[in-house]
Amino acid sequence: MTRFTGAVSLLAVAAALCALPAAAETADKRIALSNNYAGNSWRQAMLRSWDKVTKPAVEAGIVAAADPFTTAENQVTEQAAQIQNLVLQGYNAIVLNAASPDALNGAVKEACDAGVIVVSFDGIVTEPCAWRIAVDFKQMGKDEVTYLAGKLPEGGNLLEIRGLAGVFVDDEISKGIHEGVAENAKFKIVGSVHGDWDQAKAQAAVAGILPSLPDDIVGVVTQGGDGYGAAQAFAAAGRKTPTIIMGNRQDELAWWKEQKDANGYETMSVSIAPGVSTLAFWVAQQILDGKEVPKDLVVPFLRIDQDNLEKNLETTEKGGVANVEYTLEDAQKVIEAAAK
Amino acid sequence: MNAATLPRLARSLLPAISLAIILGAIFWLQPRAASYLGLNLMLSLAVPIAFATVAQMCVITVNDLDLSIGTFVGFVACVAATMLKGGLIALPLVAGLYPEADPATLPFWLTTPLVGWLVLALGIGVYALLGALIHARDLPSIVVTLGMSFVWLGLSVLVLPTPGGKAPDWIRTVMTLKPPYVPLPIIAAVLIALAAHLLLMRTSYGAILRGAGGNPKAIERAGWSLLKVKIAMFALAGLFGTLAGLSLVGLTTSGDANIALRYTLLSIAGVILGGGEFVGGRISPVGAVIGAMTLTLAGSFLSFMRISPDWQIGAQGAILIIVLALRAVIDRLEKRT
Repeated sequence: MTRFTGAVSLLAVAAALCALPAAAETADKRIALSNNYAGNSWRQAMLRSWDKVTKPAVEAGIVAAADPFTTAENQVTEQAAQIQNLVLQGYNAIVLNAASPDALNGAVKEACDAGVIVVSFDGIVTEPCAWRIAVDFKQMGKDEVTYLAGKLPEGGNLLEIRGLAGVFVDDEISKGIHEGVAENAKFKIVGSVHGDWDQAKAQAAVAGILPSLPDDIVGVVTQGGDGYGAAQAFAAAGRKTPTIIMGNRQDELAWWKEQKDANGYETMSVSIAPGVSTLAFWVAQQILDGKEVPKDLVVPFLRIDQDNLEKNLETTEKGGVANVEYTLEDAQKVIEAAAK
Repeated sequence: MNAATLPRLARSLLPAISLAIILGAIFWLQPRAASYLGLNLMLSLAVPIAFATVAQMCVITVNDLDLSIGTFVGFVACVAATMLKGGLIALPLVAGLYPEADPATLPFWLTTPLVGWLVLALGIGVYALLGALIHARDLPSIVVTLGMSFVWLGLSVLVLPTPGGKAPDWIRTVMTLKPPYVPLPIIAAVLIALAAHLLLMRTSYGAILRGAGGNPKAIERAGWSLLKVKIAMFALAGLFGTLAGLSLVGLTTSGDANIALRYTLLSIAGVILGGGEFVGGRISPVGAVIGAMTLTLAGSFLSFMRISPDWQIGAQGAILIIVLALRAVIDRLEKRT
């Protein structure tokens, strides 16, 4: 009996595999979102964006289903079991924000072997059979220094606020920042603290290091979620506010707007939009549609400058983070860019 | 058949019946699951949980509780993903000391996977020592193992600061075997249950081991060393915990210090679900393995039911409570007769 059903299911998988490239329609295809964590504002915004974009897509008949699944605890084994269940439930593609870059590879490989398309984003997986929509965090760090180099031609002393120690993202952004500084010799990083991507922690850390730093700090390079705290620490110490790079959080943008109106303060803000989940959705749809898609794609940053600050602040809810939802055309652009 | 055997029979059959009900419900909800592929996918993660549950059962046999089994399994996974594959040099900590070294020119002691085996053996040794310590100083095992759980987690982070590493190929091969007719997880579960059953229920020393939980004074008066019993049971727990870590890393292909934190509670629940008791040396190895499989399948079942993950933990608890309530009823019947 087991052998018979096993053979039948294998045949079904084989048939699904054969049918895949031929079908240009995705109306009967089902996509699942496997998410490992929903406990902060960024993830909440990510899930809201997913609903906002996929519901109309399902209604319009572009795909048959796009159901989000979040594991209750941020645990690798739980998410591995979730992926296996999604495979059994017959989803054609799984869009994955992974709890671990490596430890889900076994489950992802099983999904691939069963003919399921796996597209990972934000928390990406290293298994070669999956697609990756990665963030070039290094470039993000470098962009910050490049912006400062353009704005402050004389250069000067910089303060670096890092994220959570030991996390890959923190390492990458910091590497990018240091690379940027190496290319722009006029800048010098005179201090570095860990703000854990948190306003309160960043404020305490900056307040702690400020007395030991020279008076002429011209810029603060950050990782997001720490700009407002840094500004408060500088104000509390009675120092001149340097150019602080922001990270798209609502309180950061609100503070920037206040300063801009009061004294023409200039800076820029950069981070990853939580709506990247919708980009992953469209990429999965494109793969199901039989399009040739490179395995490694890069997400564009969401950058806010002096001129579009008001517009972005308006659409960002209090306590949230600036967001953008992606369209099918955006996804196609990203795919084209990677194919080159 | 007299009246007394009926509740006892019901008690020993309860785990199997719960498993059958859950399995039936899954097949009804998702016919696709009733296949070789489906069973393989749903049950593959039950293998490490079954090992961890048997490990927990060994400790529960002697009236103790192991709150460190989850982090210990994580530690084994980290060791297996590093030292067992590439020797000492696979540790990020050591690799940093030899930044430019060519793997071919490194000394033998840096590249041999024997180091990994040595560390795993040491881990089992630490478990045996814990058993001795708990017995000699008459310490509450909950406190000792809770403390150890932080030690194992700390060691795992030292071994593997960020998730990664790579499982040795042979473990990967073993865990992805596709034997004909019967999926590997089922064969593995039967073997684990059989081995534990023979060891604890069918050997004469197994009776002593269980007796140490039921009536330690009697065992001691009969001339057996309780110290040796505790050491043996904790060492066995360490051995099964190690097997849990190795099988887990074979499935995930790489390690992560936090990979198995849930196993502590899952293993305790598995033992109890399988008909074991917290005190009195009353255990059932076959039941424990079945309990582990039931818990794993409960997760799949709830996800096929489309129950929101926020409720899943609660629903998993509800399943546990229902089974335990049934058992309380059976216990009452047992007393009455």
